[in-house]
Amino acid sequence: MITLTHYLVLAAILFSIALVGILRRKNLLMLFFATEIALNAVNIAFAAISKYYGDLTGQLFAFFIIAIAASEVAVGLGLLIIWYKRRGNIDLDTLQSMKG
Amino acid sequence: MEKYLLTTLFAPLVGSLFAALFGMKPKKLITGIVTSLLLFASFVSAVILLFHVASTDEIVRVKLFDWITVGSLNIPFGFVADHVSVIMMVTVTLVSTLVHIYSIGYMEHDEGFNRFFSYLSAFVFSMLVLVMSDNFAGLFIGWEGVGLCSWLLIGFWYHKKDETRDVNPSISPSWAANEAFIMNRIADLGMLLGLFLIYWNVGSLQYDVVFAHVDMFNISVITLMGIFLFIGAMGKSAQFPLHTWLADAMEGPTPVSALIHAATMVTAGVYLVIRAFPIYSQIPDVGLFIASLGAFVAVFAASMALVNTDLKRIIAYSTLSQLGYMFVAAGLGAYWVGLFHLMTHAFFKALLFLGAGNVMHAMHDELNIFKMGGLGKVMKWTAVMMIIASLALAGIYPFAGFFSKDKILEVAFDTHHYILWFMLWVGAGMTAFYSFRLIMLVFFGEERYKKYGFHPHEAHWYMLAAMAPLAILAIVAGFFEHSFEEFVTRFLPEFHFHTHGIAVVALIGLTTLIALSGIALAVYKYSRGGFSEKWKETFIYKLLYNQYYIPVIYEKVFTKPYAELSRIAWKELDLRVVDATVDFIAGIIYKSGFAGRVVQSGNLSKMLRWMVIGLLILLVLVVLYSPVR
Repeated sequence: MITLTHYLVLAAILFSIALVGILRRKNLLMLFFATEIALNAVNIAFAAISKYYGDLTGQLFAFFIIAIAASEVAVGLGLLIIWYKRRGNIDLDTLQSMKG
Repeated sequence: MEKYLLTTLFAPLVGSLFAALFGMKPKKLITGIVTSLLLFASFVSAVILLFHVASTDEIVRVKLFDWITVGSLNIPFGFVADHVSVIMMVTVTLVSTLVHIYSIGYMEHDEGFNRFFSYLSAFVFSMLVLVMSDNFAGLFIGWEGVGLCSWLLIGFWYHKKDETRDVNPSISPSWAANEAFIMNRIADLGMLLGLFLIYWNVGSLQYDVVFAHVDMFNISVITLMGIFLFIGAMGKSAQFPLHTWLADAMEGPTPVSALIHAATMVTAGVYLVIRAFPIYSQIPDVGLFIASLGAFVAVFAASMALVNTDLKRIIAYSTLSQLGYMFVAAGLGAYWVGLFHLMTHAFFKALLFLGAGNVMHAMHDELNIFKMGGLGKVMKWTAVMMIIASLALAGIYPFAGFFSKDKILEVAFDTHHYILWFMLWVGAGMTAFYSFRLIMLVFFGEERYKKYGFHPHEAHWYMLAAMAPLAILAIVAGFFEHSFEEFVTRFLPEFHFHTHGIAVVALIGLTTLIALSGIALAVYKYSRGGFSEKWKETFIYKLLYNQYYIPVIYEKVFTKPYAELSRIAWKELDLRVVDATVDFIAGIIYKSGFAGRVVQSGNLSKMLRWMVIGLLILLVLVVLYSPVR
């Protein structure tokens, strides 16, 4: 029997993978992937809890997140392409013009 | 009549503002002429008001606007011309007009010519606010206004350097100005407390209201009011122990000494006591204290004048002494006598100072009377007028001082204060002596100035012309005694003399006798070369010459410890505690900012790590602090 706990554990594992990706990856494209994984981990948790409580709000929220993530990726990828055209790479460490 | 009242009050202000337009410009004769003309207009209106009040007995009131209206406190900006204030208005505007005309000549070579007239007219305006206000708040504004103008004018030659006390007892004009201002500030605190007390008890500061209710209060409250108001008067009228500033105020230009530090401003204290007579007549004990202090100052100041060698300082001590006489009269309840002496004194003392100004002008600002002598030959008119003023000051018949000063002695005798009478009597002798010592040393005898290479000359004709009315008044003012008494006692309480006939004649005789012997002694001694040099070695001479060492004592007891206290507060308290704390806090913020600056590296990857760290911290906090369900 697959319970809520299993779903939540899956969501947590996915989120951790995404977090590691955010921390370790230097490629901007990979960073986007990691972000998507993190968002979808949350989506799984939302959907599972929504089913558990029989409340549709959580699933509705997941849809919202998918829509927003899609638009965010569209904008983000657009910027990324422009950046690549200008600079020739998308490495995070080179993406720095101001010094603190 | 209202328009005359307003003209009297505001003409000097207009003049002051006009002269102020040229404040920084080189000398413009027009400023002197315009201010003098406006003051003359002011004087004429004051005289018209005087005749109006005298003939109709109607008190002229003008309320310009509501000045302060907060809660139950309502202070209008109102002015009144009653029997007392109209006398003051005429005296003030008359002396000021003449001093203004005189100053055109006296200040002719001064760079600050325009500035001088602006200040001088501003002073007259403040003085008129002081005497004409119909409430204590307005009086206080004028009181502070004259203080400010006095400060500006004493320190008129502010560029002069500080000297030691041995060279110049008043150190420098700016030092003297500050001294005068600070001394007055001490006294003004007392005055303010008096005003608060009055408002607290009466709920109003209007003279009418206050004096109508004054007998309803507890005697101790009235006593406190009287004491506090008198503390204010002590500062302005330079009574002991706040007297040192007046002699030092002689650093100002001489017309200023004549107008402010002899004729008008310093009499404001006497005016206050006379104005507040309903309060003081309830508390004869305080009145007696005032009279005793006055008699003490009369003798005390006269004794310092006996040996001084500074032309202006001698006259300044004489002013101090005469203020003492006025306070004796006012303290003993003979308010009209005090006011009368105030008026006559204004005339002959201003004359004396203006004469001294002529002498200074001729001697290129030399003040040591032992460097003069024989000036009577070259400055005949000045000599004549100063002798008239000195005779009036000494109280010789028929000069003005005879009538007013004699009356004060009579009052003291009449109220059975024989000790006071005796002190005043001795004071009268001293007054006669030092006045004629000055005259003898300056105008007669050996022409010592030749040794020092001076070439004295008589002053301009218009300076002498400005002095002439004062000289005439110094001769004839005394004969108005009875009409003056009749006029002001319509407002002020009368004073009933019990001594009559032969006793009065004897008193007058005694006073005249000591005055004449004072004069005779001075003339005799100084026509034969004065006192021997040995006299200067005696303790008493040194004591008197150094003003009883009071300035030195003040410096040791108050100024030095205060300066030391300020230094400690600055170096130890402010720099080490307050500043250090503030600097420490600033340092922490600065350093932490410097250390935290690395966070803002601009590297996205690093910033994301910081974000994750923050996220984890928040998660931990949520787990730790989430309420247990």
